[in-house]
Amino acid sequence: MKTLIKEFTRGIIKENPTFVLVLGLCPTLAVSVTVANGIGMGIAATFVLLGSSVIVSLIKDLIPDRIRIPCYIVIIATFVTIAEMSMKAYSPVLDRALGIYVPLIVVNCIVLGRAEAFACNNSMSRSFFDGLGMGLGFTLALILISAIREFLGSGQLLGHTLVKGFEPIFVFGMPSGALLVIGLLLGFFNFLKNRKT
Amino acid sequence: MNIQEFLTIFISAVFIYNVILSRFLGLCSFIAISKETKPALAMSSAVLFVITMSSIITWFVYRFMLLPFNLTYLRTISFILVIATFVQLVEMVIRKFSPQLYRAFGIYLPLITVNCAVLGVAVLNIDMFFGNGKAVAGSFYYSIFQGICVGLGYTLAMLLMSGIRERLELCDIPRSLKDFPLAFIIAAILSLSFMGFSGFSR
Repeated sequence: MKTLIKEFTRGIIKENPTFVLVLGLCPTLAVSVTVANGIGMGIAATFVLLGSSVIVSLIKDLIPDRIRIPCYIVIIATFVTIAEMSMKAYSPVLDRALGIYVPLIVVNCIVLGRAEAFACNNSMSRSFFDGLGMGLGFTLALILISAIREFLGSGQLLGHTLVKGFEPIFVFGMPSGALLVIGLLLGFFNFLKNRKT
Repeated sequence: MNIQEFLTIFISAVFIYNVILSRFLGLCSFIAISKETKPALAMSSAVLFVITMSSIITWFVYRFMLLPFNLTYLRTISFILVIATFVQLVEMVIRKFSPQLYRAFGIYLPLITVNCAVLGVAVLNIDMFFGNGKAVAGSFYYSIFQGICVGLGYTLAMLLMSGIRERLELCDIPRSLKDFPLAFIIAAILSLSFMGFSGFSR
């Protein structure tokens, strides 16, 4: 039980996929214009990560070593297709906002990375908690970035105006704002880590 | 199909919606390989080739396999498989016929399979040049041309970035900002300057 909790919490802070491993940045930067988009993307990626981790860990002994990557990709792509179709059916607005970045979860390095580095030589329960922790870490990172961008770019959070008379800084809603925010955040986390050691 | 359409595709794919600086596709390889100009150029040419070829292949797959049989929901899974197989094939062919070329960009080829730009362009082509279950007139040529232009946009961003980062080697920068953070901040400034092109759009 203790190890399971450790697998779960590891992905959130110590090995956060976005800020520590620096993986899967394309969707992180592209969809983080508003918090709602960030949460939607986070949930979709967590679902795919969880499903593919569990399936890979279950059939890891059946997959021949030489063609394991194509096998992982097929498993991941199946879950992405499920996520894509359910998003189209239940939340067309979110689907339009995320656009091509939903099918692109397939090539998100986090998902393939966890399948290759963790799920392929660990038990199902451990892979489940690893996937959940990594997914949650990814979602939290997305929420942090999108909250900064939405607030500075439009003065709002989740569509509600927070500060009256706030002059929005439009550049944070633009692609360059995303790159600036992630660069400064990475630098800030590095600074904290350097000060500790 | 007319010249104006091609010009629009060129300007928007290379400058306005630059694949890296505006759409964020292929960002991982962009940050990882842009430390020196030479490997950056090798990677860009490999990406340019694979994107162009995969645009052609995925167009055929979508037009003649997925559309007639109403299987469009299998788009993601079939595209990624076709791209992965194609990249593997190219790698094998290059290794067999030109060991020199293989040494130059062979190691970057497997990376391209998981490069979002390749799948992203394939999906974009379908979104832009297919409507109401039919191919737009000239969509095949538009797709190839968009593939080439996105590859050129990737090359342009890669060259700019690697040139800047080569110079930064000599500079004294804060320890916390070394490598990744500074690369992102430079990319942000580059992206800001590319925003100036958006005035050219219709």
